[in-house]
Amino acid sequence: MANKTKAWKDRRRIAKMITTVENALPGHEKVLQDIYKKTGNAYIIGITGPPGAGKSSLTDALARAYIDMGKRVGVIAIDPTSPFSGGSILGDRIRMNELSTHPQMFIRSMGTRGQLGGLSAATHSAVMVLDACGADILFIETVGVGQSEVEIVKLADTVLMVMVPGLGDDIQTMKAGIMEIGDVFAVNKSDLPGADRTKLELKAMLSFLPPKEWRPPVCLVSATEKEGLEELMEAIDEHRTFQAEHGRLEQRRMRNAQEALLAILRDKMVERVTKDPRYEHLIEQIAEKEIDPYEAARQLMD
Amino acid sequence: MDEKQRQVIRTALEKYEEDIKRTITRFPERKNVFYTASKAEVNRLYTPLDMQELDPLEDIGIPGSYPFTRGVQPNMYRGRLWTMRMYAGFATAEESNKRYKFLLEQGQSGLSVAFDLPTQIGYDSDHTLAEGEVGKVGVAIDSLKDMETLFDGIPLDKVSTSMTINAPASILLAMYIAVGEKQGVSKDKLRGTIQNDILKEYIARGTYIFPTAPSMRLITDIFAYCSKEVPSWNTISISGYHIREAGSTASQEVGFTLADGIAYVEAALEAGLDIDSFAPRLSFFFNAHNDLLEEVAKFRAARRLWARIMKERFGAKNPKSMMMKFHTQTGGSTLTAQQTENNIVRVAIQTLAAVLGGTQSLHTNSKDEALALPTEESVQTALRTQQIVAYESGVANTVDPLAGSYYIEAKTTEIENEAMDYIRRIDDMGGAPRAIDAGFIQREIMDAAYRYQIDIEKGENIVVGVNKYQVEEPSPSGLLRVDLSVGESQKEKLRILRAERDNEAVAAALEKLRLTCEGSENVMPVVIEAVKTYATLGEIADVMRDVFGEYQQSVII
Amino acid sequence: MEKPIRVLVAKPGLDGHDRGAKVIARALRDAGMEVIYTGLRQTPEQIVAAAIQEDVEVVAVSILSGAHATLLPKIRDLLNEEGAQDMLFVAGGVIPDEDITFLKEKGIAAVFTPGTATTEVVSFIQENVKK
Repeated sequence: MANKTKAWKDRRRIAKMITTVENALPGHEKVLQDIYKKTGNAYIIGITGPPGAGKSSLTDALARAYIDMGKRVGVIAIDPTSPFSGGSILGDRIRMNELSTHPQMFIRSMGTRGQLGGLSAATHSAVMVLDACGADILFIETVGVGQSEVEIVKLADTVLMVMVPGLGDDIQTMKAGIMEIGDVFAVNKSDLPGADRTKLELKAMLSFLPPKEWRPPVCLVSATEKEGLEELMEAIDEHRTFQAEHGRLEQRRMRNAQEALLAILRDKMVERVTKDPRYEHLIEQIAEKEIDPYEAARQLMD
Repeated sequence: MDEKQRQVIRTALEKYEEDIKRTITRFPERKNVFYTASKAEVNRLYTPLDMQELDPLEDIGIPGSYPFTRGVQPNMYRGRLWTMRMYAGFATAEESNKRYKFLLEQGQSGLSVAFDLPTQIGYDSDHTLAEGEVGKVGVAIDSLKDMETLFDGIPLDKVSTSMTINAPASILLAMYIAVGEKQGVSKDKLRGTIQNDILKEYIARGTYIFPTAPSMRLITDIFAYCSKEVPSWNTISISGYHIREAGSTASQEVGFTLADGIAYVEAALEAGLDIDSFAPRLSFFFNAHNDLLEEVAKFRAARRLWARIMKERFGAKNPKSMMMKFHTQTGGSTLTAQQTENNIVRVAIQTLAAVLGGTQSLHTNSKDEALALPTEESVQTALRTQQIVAYESGVANTVDPLAGSYYIEAKTTEIENEAMDYIRRIDDMGGAPRAIDAGFIQREIMDAAYRYQIDIEKGENIVVGVNKYQVEEPSPSGLLRVDLSVGESQKEKLRILRAERDNEAVAAALEKLRLTCEGSENVMPVVIEAVKTYATLGEIADVMRDVFGEYQQSVII
Repeated sequence: MEKPIRVLVAKPGLDGHDRGAKVIARALRDAGMEVIYTGLRQTPEQIVAAAIQEDVEVVAVSILSGAHATLLPKIRDLLNEEGAQDMLFVAGGVIPDEDITFLKEKGIAAVFTPGTATTEVVSFIQENVKK
């Protein structure tokens, strides 16, 4: 425990480790190997939802509440990278500026494409660093629009979907697959007209999903007015308890472990075969239709 | 114009176009497409055909009458020239007071107070966030004491005072009323303006404090209070100036400013006020940029559009409610840090734009403002620029002299239409506050600003001395510097104030203010009571922060 | 894909004119950098905390209020205290020449005044970032 307190205090070291693992810089394997056994303490909450739903404000409000409970809180805020330049503007910190100097808080922004080996792997690595360095609660915040976001929030123990009133049509058009990943729903900006209706619509939508043992609750909150936060945190806690009681956390962690192993295996395999002297020649042969890709793969694996 | 005349013109134009085509194959024009400074395409030629849809009476009209396209007064500057109002304020109340007296002696006809940033954001000079900012961009006002010093020896019934203050406007107005009382000037004799326009702070200027709803309530409280107690006070200056400075186009400046105006009107109506009780005291504030003709058209379009909105949308009956009166400031962002003398010429062109556009008052920027706050000498040149336009150029001798120009009239209609399009889109989003929350307005402005910057870097926009005709020049000297000791002296004044005043009275007044803020009564009377006990600006704003919360900026890049 | 340069764009002090900061943020993004934007009214402590946690190579601040002589050296000092001497620190805004000399002595690598092309800022960063 004392070690973690010490590790958490060294902000620069944590930040550098994240850079290393996020970008798969030289030494990243060593970092991940060193920290791996220290991970597993943090509870991971994924926050997602449409643009403008107030995800950052809600993350800020929840983070404050957990900090007040004495928890160390990490936030990984993910914003899209421009497909044209490869650059990005990451602006989620703006909602959390006041907390950014708090000793119990660590905020890190990530672009969706800046990483080698895929966003999901990069996020997972960053999560592991913060977890190993002492975070009790970890938020992964991302815009819920695409498949890669869905992949990221799968890392979470609890997925919080944030909605706002006035997006009625958007709820209809949101992919069922995205609705399905929500464990807890929050209708933010509950002071706006139509909040109650949005809640009802959401409940109706959720009732169409295939029945599961866990019925996702829908909470009305206002991140800016600090209303409804206690109920939301209770809902998150209930989900946590439910999962613990039903062995779901175990399952999720097993699955994450499996995916991590598979991802590494894939990377290693690709790395090994692309260095194989026969590799370039086999590609030419495939292009010339001299052999088929399955045969080429078989030869490389041998 | 009948069809036959139109046909004659069309035929002549066809021939003209053909001749031109031949000419430009041999001598190409300077550009393939010509644009205004707002990147609106400009035709080679404008003709009667471009204004054939316009009704000479209903659209262009008579000066001083609806829809006020040609100006709000029947004889405009033949009666009285515009108010030459230089925005000024530095460091301490003592120094600013000296500058105001100097400006009044120089022939300026109204005061315009610039406050420092801590004052604008409701912090006392001893607040942590005030570090390094006290007295930097304007005068530091911590309490009624400073305000008394600021207007010492300036009779408030003889001047009109414009105060650039927004989020804490109620507090500064209360202090002004209290100073007037001490001078023996009753509230109904006070003349002036508070900016009081919070929406553009969220959009472009950034000195907000409270969230939208309580901010709108403070604004309507001021409307209601002043309509009864301070009837000659302009309760808001709905500002396009900063929207333009943030990089908007001319049409966006009009569209977004009027959309803000609509939001204030709706808030006031919702608070139960009668449209004609407050609308005559609404005023506007625009920017004057370099594209002379586009700017003139912009001012005319804004006037016509506002008149129509007030009459048709809000059913105003009093013509004064439909009149858009506005203050203008020359465009700060057009000033260059290179070859600063050139800025005098820019300001002169912008002055012409404002005057030909029919402004009620004008601030002209000084040549050195891209580098620092202006010196007394450069402020004088800026003021002289207005005086030369007023007395020597002849443009003030007849009303709206550019009316009837094919280009001006066509451009006026174009800007009005584009602005109206924006207003419709904003209405569809639920009004300006919602459009700001959603980042729509900020994003539109940012897109225009970035486009403009890229065009400069590609050399498609020429800025003389910046990307063309550059020279090596020595670094400028003699700039105005603000003494860092101002912060210390303000802190000392605060310390003494807090020791000497009746702190029980202060606490009681602040508690009363808290209750009023929590309830729904008008806050103005209790704010006035509080400032009179010498409760500080920061203490009063803190009570409001506590009750109302603070605004969270949307990130729009 | 090469690791993008990470830049923190911040506005210290109380002035709300963020056109310059936003234009630069866009230009840096369009040059392929990852820009962390922190918005208005940032204290030196907040800027430094963000720079450290985000592990940026560059801190770029925009300031027009005239408080640069107080705030910028403070940010540099705090960065150094956190062991981030290697972070490139640049500033832009209405800053007179005589102050620029002073700021450079205090470890601010470059000061960009009005009229600077965004391309100039981009290349300065590209050339001066510690690899």
